[in-house]
Amino acid sequence: MAAATLQVVTRRYGRRWALRGVSFSVAPGEVVGIEGHNGSGKSTLLRVLSTAIRPTSGEIRVFGSDVATHATAVRSQVAFLTHYPGLYDDLTAEENLKFTCRMLGLGFGPIGPVLERVGLSRHAQEGVRTFSAGMQRRLSLARLLLQQPRLLLLDEPYNNFDASGIALVNEVVRDVCKRGGAALIVLHDRHSAAGILDRVVRLGQGVVIADEACEDGEVGAATISAGSASARPRDLA
Amino acid sequence: MTLRDEWRRVGAIVWKDLTTERRSKAGLNAVAFMGVLVLLLFGFALGPDTQALQSAAAGAMWLAMLFAGVLAFNRSYQLELDGGALESLLLYPGARWSIYVGKLIANLVFVTLVEIIVVPVAMVLFHVSAPAAWAVALGVTFLGTFGFVTLGTFYAAMSSRSRAREVLLPLLLFPMLIPLLLAAVQATTSLLAGDPMREAGAWIRLLAAFDIIFLVACVFAFEYVIEV
Repeated sequence: MAAATLQVVTRRYGRRWALRGVSFSVAPGEVVGIEGHNGSGKSTLLRVLSTAIRPTSGEIRVFGSDVATHATAVRSQVAFLTHYPGLYDDLTAEENLKFTCRMLGLGFGPIGPVLERVGLSRHAQEGVRTFSAGMQRRLSLARLLLQQPRLLLLDEPYNNFDASGIALVNEVVRDVCKRGGAALIVLHDRHSAAGILDRVVRLGQGVVIADEACEDGEVGAATISAGSASARPRDLA
Repeated sequence: MTLRDEWRRVGAIVWKDLTTERRSKAGLNAVAFMGVLVLLLFGFALGPDTQALQSAAAGAMWLAMLFAGVLAFNRSYQLELDGGALESLLLYPGARWSIYVGKLIANLVFVTLVEIIVVPVAMVLFHVSAPAAWAVALGVTFLGTFGFVTLGTFYAAMSSRSRAREVLLPLLLFPMLIPLLLAAVQATTSLLAGDPMREAGAWIRLLAAFDIIFLVACVFAFEYVIEV
């Protein structure tokens, strides 16, 4: 069973089409980078996969569950790191994670180890308002770790991170994939993700324009996806 | 997710919203001040005539609560929007009605705290003493507040993603609140006067019906209004 499958997925915001018929699949254990210019539909792609928004048309399955009809099942398998920290400034780091545990129906046991892993255990009782952008990003990552996802969706995850933060993101991605999960990472700079990418899908104006294999951290030859071209819906052509 | 899990999520949202409000304090101070300010303005507009003040007391009090409440509802979603937390909140596995109910309970507690400040001020400013049937009056206050918060929480969610949310919320909310406002003011006026015509009961039944109908409707419709 594929970790994620997209078939002729479209998404429209008012009159503007963000996705115009995207089709590809991600195998378990695979790390796929998503590249493209601003406005090419990268973030929208992750948002429809995460169930944050519904596709206008097309079918998306995450580990066999349809995002349109089984959104709750999908949400329990997906963790999404967005551009925004998604944290509450007036709560402490620990309180933010306690809130996540309560929302997920977990005990508070994993909070300590997770804070340790992201390097924030000394700041557990400090208000998030006092955190730097990098620390907030680490706490967002800690929240994702509590979710124990099978599909990681990371939107420009290396922003605001120093070298140790970048290594931490890559380590988290590897761990998820080692457990049979998969990851989709929206990238502007491929170098930070060097060594973990299996494939790079390039988007342009809402369609897949290239699907490139990566080996040993290097990017292989670009191959234009024939499927993506034929996937373009007739009414948008 | 079981029903028990959903109620645990409700509890988490109530805890988070109230903790955040308690830490910031600015919200309660601003909203209570707004309520008192509206009462003062009504008092000045009506002049020193004690009888005019007393007959307008219930209307002025409920309108003060309405204006102050709108600020509170906008704030409750602003907390989520500030750090992009609303999307994260919506992506937790589970039913979305639990988010609505959590917000509803937190707003209810918040507005009740504001009422604890505003109602005594209204009684002093408008020369009104506690009615003989004070327990019934408290019940009317609760029913009126519950209906008001039910719709306010719902419409605040609906308008939260709009750029003009501060304007949009009262435009959407106030017309829907007319039956509730009418029933709450009439029941309160009647109780303050000792309910000589025994008419408070009918208004209270209208309030209860309003609360039940809109609670059920909002719980079911929330998932669709919060969708992007």
